[in-house]
Amino acid sequence: MGRVEKDLQGETLELSFGPQHPATHGTLQIVMELDGEVVLNVEPHIGFLHTGFEKLAEHMSYNQFVTVTDRMNYLSPLSNNIGFSLAAEKLFGIEIPMRGQYIRVLMAELSRIGDHLVAVGTAAMDLGAMTVFLYGFREREKLYDLFEWATGARLTTSYTRVGGLMADLPEDFPDAVLKWAEQFPKTIDEIEKMLSHNRIFQDRTYDIGVISKEDVLKYSLTGPVARASGINYDLRKDMPYSSYEDFEFEVPIGENGDAYDRYLVRMEEMRQSVGIVKQVLANLPDGEVNIDPESKLTLPGKDEVYTTIEGLIHHFEVTMENKGILPPVAEVYMGTESPNGELGFYIVSNGEREPYRVRIRPPSFINYTIFKKLMKGAMFSDVVSNLGSLNIIAGELDR
Amino acid sequence: MSEFTEKIAAKFPDEILEGPEMESENAISVKSDKILAVLEYCRSDAGMKFEFLTDLTAVDFLEFDSPKRIAVIYILRNMKNMQNLIVRAFLSDDEEIDTASDIWHSAEWLEREVWDLFGVKFKGHPNLKRILMPDDYEGHPLRKDYPLKGRGERDSFKIIQRDRERY
Repeated sequence: MGRVEKDLQGETLELSFGPQHPATHGTLQIVMELDGEVVLNVEPHIGFLHTGFEKLAEHMSYNQFVTVTDRMNYLSPLSNNIGFSLAAEKLFGIEIPMRGQYIRVLMAELSRIGDHLVAVGTAAMDLGAMTVFLYGFREREKLYDLFEWATGARLTTSYTRVGGLMADLPEDFPDAVLKWAEQFPKTIDEIEKMLSHNRIFQDRTYDIGVISKEDVLKYSLTGPVARASGINYDLRKDMPYSSYEDFEFEVPIGENGDAYDRYLVRMEEMRQSVGIVKQVLANLPDGEVNIDPESKLTLPGKDEVYTTIEGLIHHFEVTMENKGILPPVAEVYMGTESPNGELGFYIVSNGEREPYRVRIRPPSFINYTIFKKLMKGAMFSDVVSNLGSLNIIAGELDR
Repeated sequence: MSEFTEKIAAKFPDEILEGPEMESENAISVKSDKILAVLEYCRSDAGMKFEFLTDLTAVDFLEFDSPKRIAVIYILRNMKNMQNLIVRAFLSDDEEIDTASDIWHSAEWLEREVWDLFGVKFKGHPNLKRILMPDDYEGHPLRKDYPLKGRGERDSFKIIQRDRERY
């Protein structure tokens, strides 16, 4: 006699998932209470990557903080750069020239594609489909080559400045992007072929992690997660910024709000982004990318700095600690549609060189609040389906 | 004052405060006592309909001329006309504020973050504990009187000694 006869009913198992686990895609911990394969309760623990970005911001000038925003959502650093610069420009009350705005749209949409490729690829990889991840990364690698060409870095792009961009695009860059955009939809087709009608993938995502329309409002969800639940809400359409109103694109909406719909929404968003990229390239205006250097907010051209005394003085006035133009005493909130949802910056300025307070509204953090509700009573195998479809990025989650 | 902040001022005349002087659009400063009533009015009144809690955070107005030190900031959004409304609720160090997590579930974690980084206590919060900083951490780092480089936390890390001779 022994083990077999012992009554095992009523015993639950506590299982810790992460902080070091490949399916967390970062550093987060989930402590689960399991009854067999049924998850009774989950307790997410976060903060392992907390690096105090908001505190750092209070000790940096507006342009210096752009470098920190690279490290938030590390799958689409350019979106973060653009989001912060737009908020700071709203504070200063300036608008950059059309060419600069169009280039920002171009970069934001390329980042969105790169982010969704990883989101779909890793979500599928956690469910056992390794090839999707590799096909996605092949395309992302090409994208990163383009980013490196334009910004000088693959990840730490820091491409925007308050009042413009670090530099205009390289001469042949638009043609290279167009060439890439022509061949990219083939990869979307390949991924869809592998996943959309794949029985295993469907079984593990159909009706898993269903989010109702009411919950979207209750939990302040944004981005693909909200749209998959049937909420027509996209800041690019609803509160256009950086000339998004000039472009035609559709906002894909889901019906069921499950993990499968979130996958479908991301796939369709990539197609729409390719369309926007092509429109930008076809209509890219000529001219400057930065606001007039006479505003003493952006740096003068290097040819001026090296050859004229006025240019040199101007350069110093912008970069020296006690010079440069100062923002008004004000507060602003600016939200942008980042690949994961609404990335917002709330800035309070007391008129000095450094912001008084910068609050980052991280889409991952707020989308993650619903995870506990999704997992209650779900099966153990749904953890990775839900986690992957919400696309939690730890760098942004903890800041 | 915008159309919406005027409505709030007309509905809750005793709650309105003179906030710190700064430019802003569609923002209102209120006392923290009846914050839930104000938020519920903003959310459900037919003329307001700010039903989406975009963000919840706090600002330490220590260096401003402010009625009270801490402001809890609610950024609300009307999903129909896409307007933002900023409600600032002021409280001093020894005061508590009601939790908004019954109205918006997303406030639960956001309020935990505000407690963690600013030390604002939320009355009736289901699970008010630290979220980003370690559980045994002391102090609230986003307060203005908290130094950037910390209060010596780094020096208190345990240093591991080699106790064996190398062979």
